[in-house]
Amino acid sequence: MRPDLAIIEQLIPSGSRVLDLGCGDGNLLHYLQEEKQVHGIGLEIDELNIENCLEKGVNVIEQNLDQGLSNFQSNSFDTVLLAQTIQALSKPDILIDEMLRIGEYGIVTFPNFGNWKSRLYLFSRGRMPVSKFMPYEWYDTPNIHFCTVKDFDALCAEKNIRVLTRTVVDSQHQGSWYMKMWPNFLGEIAIYHITRGDR
Amino acid sequence: MSDSTTTTSVGLVKPETYHFDEPLTLRSGKVLPAYDLVVETYGELNAQKSNAILICHALSGDHHAAGYHDANDKKPGWWDSCIGPGKAIDTNVFFVVSLNNLGGCSGSTGPTSLNPETNKPYGPDFPVVTVRDWVASQVLLMDRLGIPKWAAVIGGSLGGMQVLRWAISYPERLHHAIAIAAAPKLSAQNIAFNEVARQSITHDPNFHNGRYLEHGTSPKQGLMLARMVGHITYLSDSAMRAKFGKTISDFEQQATNFGRDLRSGKLSFGFNVDFQVESYLHYQGERFSENFDANTYLLMTKALDYFDPSVDFDGDLSRAFEKTNCKFLIMSFSTDWRFPPERSRELVQHLLKAGREVSYLEIEADQGHDAFLMPIPRYSSALSSYLKRVHREVNANAS
Repeated sequence: MRPDLAIIEQLIPSGSRVLDLGCGDGNLLHYLQEEKQVHGIGLEIDELNIENCLEKGVNVIEQNLDQGLSNFQSNSFDTVLLAQTIQALSKPDILIDEMLRIGEYGIVTFPNFGNWKSRLYLFSRGRMPVSKFMPYEWYDTPNIHFCTVKDFDALCAEKNIRVLTRTVVDSQHQGSWYMKMWPNFLGEIAIYHITRGDR
Repeated sequence: MSDSTTTTSVGLVKPETYHFDEPLTLRSGKVLPAYDLVVETYGELNAQKSNAILICHALSGDHHAAGYHDANDKKPGWWDSCIGPGKAIDTNVFFVVSLNNLGGCSGSTGPTSLNPETNKPYGPDFPVVTVRDWVASQVLLMDRLGIPKWAAVIGGSLGGMQVLRWAISYPERLHHAIAIAAAPKLSAQNIAFNEVARQSITHDPNFHNGRYLEHGTSPKQGLMLARMVGHITYLSDSAMRAKFGKTISDFEQQATNFGRDLRSGKLSFGFNVDFQVESYLHYQGERFSENFDANTYLLMTKALDYFDPSVDFDGDLSRAFEKTNCKFLIMSFSTDWRFPPERSRELVQHLLKAGREVSYLEIEADQGHDAFLMPIPRYSSALSSYLKRVHREVNANAS
């Protein structure tokens, strides 16, 4: 399993209802179904991923997140997941509102653009960072809304979203005390467990 | 039947007729005292009787879904692209049941059958049957075959509506419901097309109030017109352009000619057939009118018009779906304008509201509504993947 998924998995209680936005090949939902008896539904647009989900027995709905989630009832899921997908959305802020309308909890993970490697790349080369983790050129990348840990903190504050836990890890998905000290500088992937502030 | 198809074909098949003596009370309140259902099966029922799949046919379909009746048959059954050894509905692992619905004209009791009360063909006296009635008769067939629970019930278009009815009315008797190119109910536009079809049949001078068989004739012209209208709604604009746009001028080299191929190379400046599409529709209509019964066509279109499973739940389809206990796969096709993707998305939305397990695919296809009968790679492959999972569950339950 992708290591950020291993961290996400710990945030999801057994038997809960999970909506996975951009569920990929369905590995996480499959694992949660088998090990935690979770009732899951995934949304995906990639044909091959969708077929993988079908074969695994993961419920998958072909739906483009940029076209909204109005087909989902309010409070119909316990947890709504958005793993490594937010940076590819056209209106990430609206989708986060929608996540917390549909689910009691949200889990958002994203590559932290405030990481020192990105900063160094841009500083030294003067070009948009390209790495093994983000292998695209600026013109062909599906990732159109990069943010940093600080940016996401600011968005949560602005929207009165309560951050239950914030974990940052490196590309090997290892956390450490110094990453906790300087998450926006050292963290490569951020994992937020959120809920509405009025809860 | 060509040799090259035999490895993935169910081969020669023989329909069987099952007679039912118990009277069937229909939705309309009328009673069918006794009836026959003609059935084809492909593959073998396993010892646990857990690998059975029911195929529900659409408006003009019948029990002959796969294989050949005769070695000289030019065409296989209507869904041969999907049913067979190694195909999406794999007869190596599933036992597939396909029947002709009540009111049909391919062997099951319908308007062309003899009415025992009069000893004449039923004709217009055959009661109007609904999707609910079909499914009720399919349950009796299932019991006769000794199948406790279907691994899956599968159908496209009107067949998909039977699938939904199965899920709602008999939740304990199927594991998976697969509804393809279906809709929760017909729109005014859908009903309007059906009414044009019915009017063209009933206004044919040979219709004789539906008693044409007693007059030794049939409303061929009317049925042909009905089929022509229907056929237009099954195809997409793009499918027609592609099908009838093969001749292109120098100017249009890069484009199609909008499907305006001429039949004989020039315009007639009369009211004859000028364009290929006209001649195609005539041919399709004529062929259909030779093999199909007009009263059956009327019945089938009524069954479509009447279908609305939300009617018992104050119009709330999600409440109907709360009765279900199976898993759903819903599929639609991008250029289908008869039951477009929005209609399938409505189904998905109501299933989600009811908290059911559902998967949904929207297949890119040029062929319009007819796509559900075509060997479209993504479609076949998705169906195959889903059924592999169903097969795995069948095996897990067996061990």
